[in-house]
Amino acid sequence: MRSFVFPEFEVIRDEERCGSCRGCERQCAFGTHTYDPVADRLVSDDHKCAGCQRCVIFCPQKAIVVRPSPSFYRPNASWTREKIEDLKRQAETGGVLLTGCGSDKPFRIYWDHILLNASQVTNPSIDPLREPMELRTFLGRKPEMLEISSKDGEVEIRTELYPNLTVETPILFSAMSFGAISYNAFKSLATAACRSGTYFNTGEGGLPREMRSEFGRCAIVQVASGRFGIDAEYLNVAQAVEIKVGQGAKPGIGGHLPGEKVSLAVAETRMIPQGTDAISPAPHHDIYSIEDLSTLIYALKEATNYEKPISVKIAAVHNFAAIASGIVRAGADIIAIDGLRGGTGAAPKAIRDNVGIPTELAISSLDRRLREEGIRNRCSIIAAGGFRSSSDVIKAIALGADAVYIGSAALIAMGCTLCQKCYTGNCNWGICTQNPRLSGRLNVEIASTRLSNLISAWSHEIREMLGGMGINALESLRGNRDHLRGVGLYEWELDVLGIKGAGE
Amino acid sequence: MDRKRRSRRELYTKDICACSIFGAMNRDGDRFTGEGVMKAIASMRVRGNGLGGGFAAYGIYPDNRDLYAFHLMFTGPTDVARRAAKKELEAFLARKFEVFFDEEIPTDDGVVVRDPPLIWRYFVLPRKEGDDAEMTDGDYIVREIMAVNTKIENAYVFSSGKNMGCFKGVGYPEEIGEYFMLDRLYRGHTWTVHGRFPTNTQAWWGGAHPFGLLDTTVVHNGEVSSYGTNRWYLEMYGYACTLQTDTEVIAYAADLLMRRQKLPIEIVAKILAPPIWAAIDRMDEKEKRLLTALRMTYGPLLMNGPFAVIIGETGRMVGLTDRIRLRPLTAATRGEMFYISSEEASIRLISPHLDRVWTPKGGEPVIAEMKGFEKGFERIC
Repeated sequence: MRSFVFPEFEVIRDEERCGSCRGCERQCAFGTHTYDPVADRLVSDDHKCAGCQRCVIFCPQKAIVVRPSPSFYRPNASWTREKIEDLKRQAETGGVLLTGCGSDKPFRIYWDHILLNASQVTNPSIDPLREPMELRTFLGRKPEMLEISSKDGEVEIRTELYPNLTVETPILFSAMSFGAISYNAFKSLATAACRSGTYFNTGEGGLPREMRSEFGRCAIVQVASGRFGIDAEYLNVAQAVEIKVGQGAKPGIGGHLPGEKVSLAVAETRMIPQGTDAISPAPHHDIYSIEDLSTLIYALKEATNYEKPISVKIAAVHNFAAIASGIVRAGADIIAIDGLRGGTGAAPKAIRDNVGIPTELAISSLDRRLREEGIRNRCSIIAAGGFRSSSDVIKAIALGADAVYIGSAALIAMGCTLCQKCYTGNCNWGICTQNPRLSGRLNVEIASTRLSNLISAWSHEIREMLGGMGINALESLRGNRDHLRGVGLYEWELDVLGIKGAGE
Repeated sequence: MDRKRRSRRELYTKDICACSIFGAMNRDGDRFTGEGVMKAIASMRVRGNGLGGGFAAYGIYPDNRDLYAFHLMFTGPTDVARRAAKKELEAFLARKFEVFFDEEIPTDDGVVVRDPPLIWRYFVLPRKEGDDAEMTDGDYIVREIMAVNTKIENAYVFSSGKNMGCFKGVGYPEEIGEYFMLDRLYRGHTWTVHGRFPTNTQAWWGGAHPFGLLDTTVVHNGEVSSYGTNRWYLEMYGYACTLQTDTEVIAYAADLLMRRQKLPIEIVAKILAPPIWAAIDRMDEKEKRLLTALRMTYGPLLMNGPFAVIIGETGRMVGLTDRIRLRPLTAATRGEMFYISSEEASIRLISPHLDRVWTPKGGEPVIAEMKGFEKGFERIC
């Protein structure tokens, strides 16, 4: 059937500059560029271009420009080009539209409507280059109080402490499984996490056996509805175990790793036959209620000898705060809350762009809910979904998060351009693919350095902003909404965020 | 939807102020009038601006040492409003407490102060009925004070300990001292004083220091930049922060940690002003474990931003600064006298010869204890 869809991008080649080296042809796994030996020139098929910019960056002659195609339908506020073309694609295929990455829809980005405070006169701002500026954070349950006995100057803690994760900066790498992303991308995240004093999250794809001894110390391992890759060693080698209930990009549905991506290594790690589809059901079929979840939480605590905090990750949906409170009471030590803009390797577009609530609002309502119930120190909150910069992170902390998970930001650090074609397995940047020709492009040393640099840069910026507010330890900003003001927000939004308007 | 129910914005306003603080204790328990401390605080007049001053005096009601002395402020705009608040408060007290006697706190009308509220004192014992019988006096009183301060309009309990009392108002501290005739009517073994410099001009009598619960009082110089964090943590433990000032959170943190959780003052100092991680990481294993556990558990009670405080209790007075020491504090002794002050000059003014004068390090508490304190000296509740 002939497609009635415009190409999304147009590839413009400067014929003067092009040396016909065929580099672009090799770079593009979508087959956009082909060499015409008769004319000794390269031709591009705009229809195949994903807009990932790989050829543009790697063209030695800087001869290529890829830009959105200017073709248009008659302008119509309701029937936008995207709506028309999505509909056409469905008419041509009869299927669900798939996409990757977080939602790109113009829902209000609250980070851009929140401003931070700074000290003037009455309270000196602190220079982080000269004074200590502490970001160390503990994730897990805290006791209500410490009972301390002191005898002849010897002080003894009598309260039993709960296991906690210690992070040197409140930024962790979000769950991305080996299978969804390439081995090299996975290993880059692990390497950078260990180097930066933080943690990576294995996602639901297991932890390759050869990585366990080296990277277990900075791993959070996931137990998801497909139960892939789980054995006793997997649970015990990690520092925390996370039960994945939901994901911000696709709340309420499961996952599907197509058989083509299940290479031998992926199959071994997931403990499934090579080439079979790895399907994570929408719910955990042993969790149909909160008491079932509690059973799993305690089963995992038993399996890890009560030495690891157990996290439960849920998507931010309408009534999630009440659910999260139940999850804390069910025994979870950490609640990971994934908002509307959370990324994914593959999700139905209709779900990604229409289900869930924004992370910013979710953090604030969860923090408030747990405080009102007096159980805020029984768990930590890790927020995920749409963190783009250090200022987003620091605002999240002030709204009540203990730390954040970054997914898309980490991938962008490695080279991702958010082209949203992750589900095709043709990632030209070697990140979201199992094609060895493509994944080999990602150099673990370089990619992990880029990731460490990102963590270092954001941590420096957080210290600067914190010092400006006259605060020298991150724990003094946690849930400290006094240091936030909103601009351009409706009153109900300020209410949910729990912040004053600017100038109030 | 009910508009009021939906509004959950934390629209509190918080005063910001700089200040002078002073404390004096006779460690033998001999009592003295407020004259000296009034003179000392007056010498630091430049640190205040006449918009708040106050005193906490310990040992001033020896004849009623077993009764809780509640000092009440009825503020309302008119005398009628104040009397109405008083009536409502007294109905409340009658339900919850045994009131032994009450009187207006005497004032010197020759001293001109701005908009003085009606100030009254009640000597009471809790009347714990039903389920409340299980509660300690302290928990019961704190709960009921929170109820008065949040629910009864224009009535505010600003002092509630045994054999001690706070006196405070809008004015320079020496004026407040004269207004309450502290140099003539009262003799205490420990006095703490505060002179205030709020940057916000809407001074109100309740906003002056000290702040206290039961016999624990706080005078504070500084700004707590962790206020929002401290506040939510304390709210989880039932403390209502209603007084529009960050000093309140220090008073409540002291009550929570010292009275309810019974932590020793040395530990409490390490919670409010902990050592930095770089220092903790260098300590021996045992100390490191203790301080790590403290910071992990009590992180939300770290008082960030510049401060110097004097925390008063029956038989003890503790001076403390923030961990990077952004506000001044000096300690001195002379015989049985122990002084803590923002400035050494004010100590020298009333006691020119001192045995020892020193400047404590940031985050290191200065502790003055009366003789016999460690043996459970008249500990209240």
